[in-house]
Amino acid sequence: MRKAVSPQRPYFNQPLKQFALSFFVVATFAAYAIREQLTGGSGTTNAATPTLAANLPQVAAQPAPNSASATHYRDGEYTGDMADAYFGYVQIKAVIQGGRVTDVQFLSYPSDRRTSQRINNYAMPYLKNEAIQVQNANVDIVSGATLTSEAFIQSFGAALQQAGGA
Amino acid sequence: MRITRLLMGMPITVEVVESPHPPPLSPSSQRGGADRGEVLASAIEGVFAYFEYVDATFSTYKTTSEITAINEGRLTLAGASPNMQTIFALAEQTKAESFGYFDIAFGGKIDPSGVVKGWAIHNAAQMLWDGGFDNFYVDAGGDVQVSGKNADGENWRVGIRNPFNIEQIVKVLSLSDCGIATSGNTIRGAHIYDPHQPGSFQPEIVSMTVIAPNVYEADRFATAAFAMDRRGIGFIEHLQGFEGYMIDRAGMATLTSGFEAYVA
Repeated sequence: MRKAVSPQRPYFNQPLKQFALSFFVVATFAAYAIREQLTGGSGTTNAATPTLAANLPQVAAQPAPNSASATHYRDGEYTGDMADAYFGYVQIKAVIQGGRVTDVQFLSYPSDRRTSQRINNYAMPYLKNEAIQVQNANVDIVSGATLTSEAFIQSFGAALQQAGGA
Repeated sequence: MRITRLLMGMPITVEVVESPHPPPLSPSSQRGGADRGEVLASAIEGVFAYFEYVDATFSTYKTTSEITAINEGRLTLAGASPNMQTIFALAEQTKAESFGYFDIAFGGKIDPSGVVKGWAIHNAAQMLWDGGFDNFYVDAGGDVQVSGKNADGENWRVGIRNPFNIEQIVKVLSLSDCGIATSGNTIRGAHIYDPHQPGSFQPEIVSMTVIAPNVYEADRFATAAFAMDRRGIGFIEHLQGFEGYMIDRAGMATLTSGFEAYVA
């Protein structure tokens, strides 16, 4: 934070302190409000660096009878290109250990923009609408929007290319 | 038995549930002295070998693939493999059935991945059916053929991923003997690109899930419907035997009229 107090002009000291304090309070509140708006409210998303828990641990954990397919990467951490997912940018870091992908992290992930509450029904007014709701249930399979997985694949592919993969 | 591998640029998972009372082994497998588990393992290996073949043939990223040879003018369609000719015919058919919204020609190149994926999953499922397996799913990057029941003897429970947070699901479905595919935004080209408005596609929707009689139908029409943006859900509504769940940028979903029958 910028220094607000000038030692040459001590009579400004007290008002500036007050100004700085109130500015800090207001700025903090504003930053919090903006963040809440961008992330869609409290607790709905921690979009900064989610991991791909659903898919990749299985990839890493399964034995590779066909070792040619996944074991030729150089160990290390590789960061893919930023890939445009329309909503924002996706960037992947792949961690290679023992020649295999052991972890994938999102360095960047598009945040939820539910600030727009516009409901546009012009296309099919008779079809039912609902706000999506996060479910807490076990499932066997997940059918995923490729919104991010496509961008994921591009950034992931770039990371693997650096690791010397095909 | 469930195995996941990273192939064709995406995780592919095959799970086969062994029935508690398996049918008798076929004479060919008995000859080799293989037990049921080995037969199952080799069937799943066969599925992955098939996906490797598909990747080697149809990947536009591989310089050695047949599709790359076509794109570079080294091979004509007439001289291409029967499978390549099949894929081109299926792509043409899908283009006609989707009012031109489905188009594999993009930027002067042919990228048939929009039909190849569903076609390959469907063929993989056929391999398992031919092997006498009834209870399984084949999932390639979130596009899935489900067959029979899960390990608990119930319908497969399929979640629709939250397009705003990949670690969450926003719907739970109960499915058996059908295909499900979800199409979303892409930066990879043809597959979600409005051929009627080149370079201008800024969709209002972020996710289009389609349930269909099989995964080939689900995948190709999810892709086409996504390219139609909001009108896509109406397109799915008018296809007999298809249901859809569309999510827009505001987090609002639109359901086709029969969709709720599949909700768990």
